[in-house]
Amino acid sequence: MTAVTMVVNSERRSADIEDRTLLVHFLRDALGLTGTHIGCDTSQCGACVVHVNGRPVKSCTMFAVQAHGANVLTIEGVAEDGKLHVVQEAFREHHGLQCGFCTPGMIMTALDIIDRRPNIDRRMIRQELTGNLCRCTGYQNIASAIEDAAKRVAGAVR
Amino acid sequence: MIPYPFAYHRPNSLSEAQSLLASLPDAKLLAGGQTLVPAMKLRLANPAALIDISNVRELSLIRDDGANLSIGAGAKHADVAQSVSVKQTIPALSALAEGIGDSAVRHMGTLGGSVANNDPAADYPAACLGLGATVRTTRRSVSADDFFTGMFSTDLEDGEIIIDISFPKPLRAAYAKFENPASRYAMVGVFVAQFAASARVAVTGAAPCVFRVPEMEAALAGNFIPDSISAIKISPEGLNADIHGSAEYRAHLVTVMAKRAVKLALGTPT
Repeated sequence: MTAVTMVVNSERRSADIEDRTLLVHFLRDALGLTGTHIGCDTSQCGACVVHVNGRPVKSCTMFAVQAHGANVLTIEGVAEDGKLHVVQEAFREHHGLQCGFCTPGMIMTALDIIDRRPNIDRRMIRQELTGNLCRCTGYQNIASAIEDAAKRVAGAVR
Repeated sequence: MIPYPFAYHRPNSLSEAQSLLASLPDAKLLAGGQTLVPAMKLRLANPAALIDISNVRELSLIRDDGANLSIGAGAKHADVAQSVSVKQTIPALSALAEGIGDSAVRHMGTLGGSVANNDPAADYPAACLGLGATVRTTRRSVSADDFFTGMFSTDLEDGEIIIDISFPKPLRAAYAKFENPASRYAMVGVFVAQFAASARVAVTGAAPCVFRVPEMEAALAGNFIPDSISAIKISPEGLNADIHGSAEYRAHLVTVMAKRAVKLALGTPT
């Protein structure tokens, strides 16, 4: 067993785990943060996307030991003081989800998209979402939510 | 899916990584892990130890050496895609990096990992061969022409670690990829580059290993325009055939994508 420590959603968290423990299992099983989902378990679907040191990664394709000492953000850490993040708010308003299974990964990816490309258009949003699969919506409302959130973030910065 | 047990090591320097690799039996290097981790989860790969080289800083440098652009083996695809230095000197390379996998994969996957794996449909091998790059390892320098030896195989020896890859700067270059719409891997990807007195054409996805097309190179060295190669046919013999496309289909695509790449390199819309 290996003692692994990382900062998850601004809290220092540790656990003794096997080296072969995937990051997604560490988050869900050791820390009880079940907002990060396991969809395909083959790094296709993006339901497990979290941020590690500010980068979006698929937590089913990374070992928890690789994130030892890292700063990790999961969907549970996105809202602040009980107030939804603007991206979460936009998903709610535009109905950017149906069953909701892909939503945590979608939002974690959307946060990165908006951060890197504040002036993103709809076509690029769809392209940036190639690693996140949704079986319900047809992506239409997800793209609308991200487009709107990007505008709101850009407006707030200005 | 859970892999078989293994012992994890994370060295902080290249020398430490080398001694671990030499002393641990059945150890594998872990760079971004975007191929190795899925393979381990499927238990197709079962190393006894993993040596994570992501903390070795000297492996992730991007340096402009004048005639060449040198990129560290540990550079992530997202870093190459966003690097100002790459965009200014070999924009075709940053565009290629931006097209690998998806955003999350690009934030983990590395240049060195991609070329060491030499997947028949990987993008980077086409850039290495198409630009005539040199792979520098802990033991020697190998030209891309000698490095890629076959399907999932390279000239790398046991215990050898790729440090960086040096790309000669072309006059112009471009990569055109026909993606499988589901996997986004290249059905056929063609990298073309024009140099002062020569041209290079490298094809990925079409065959078990990336390869050059000398006939196209000669034609493009004479006149670097799409029409120079439109009549050049590739033999389907030895090309990949699967449910997504026959060997004949891929052979046809090579010429189509090579022309598109030349157009892109010339800055004309495809």
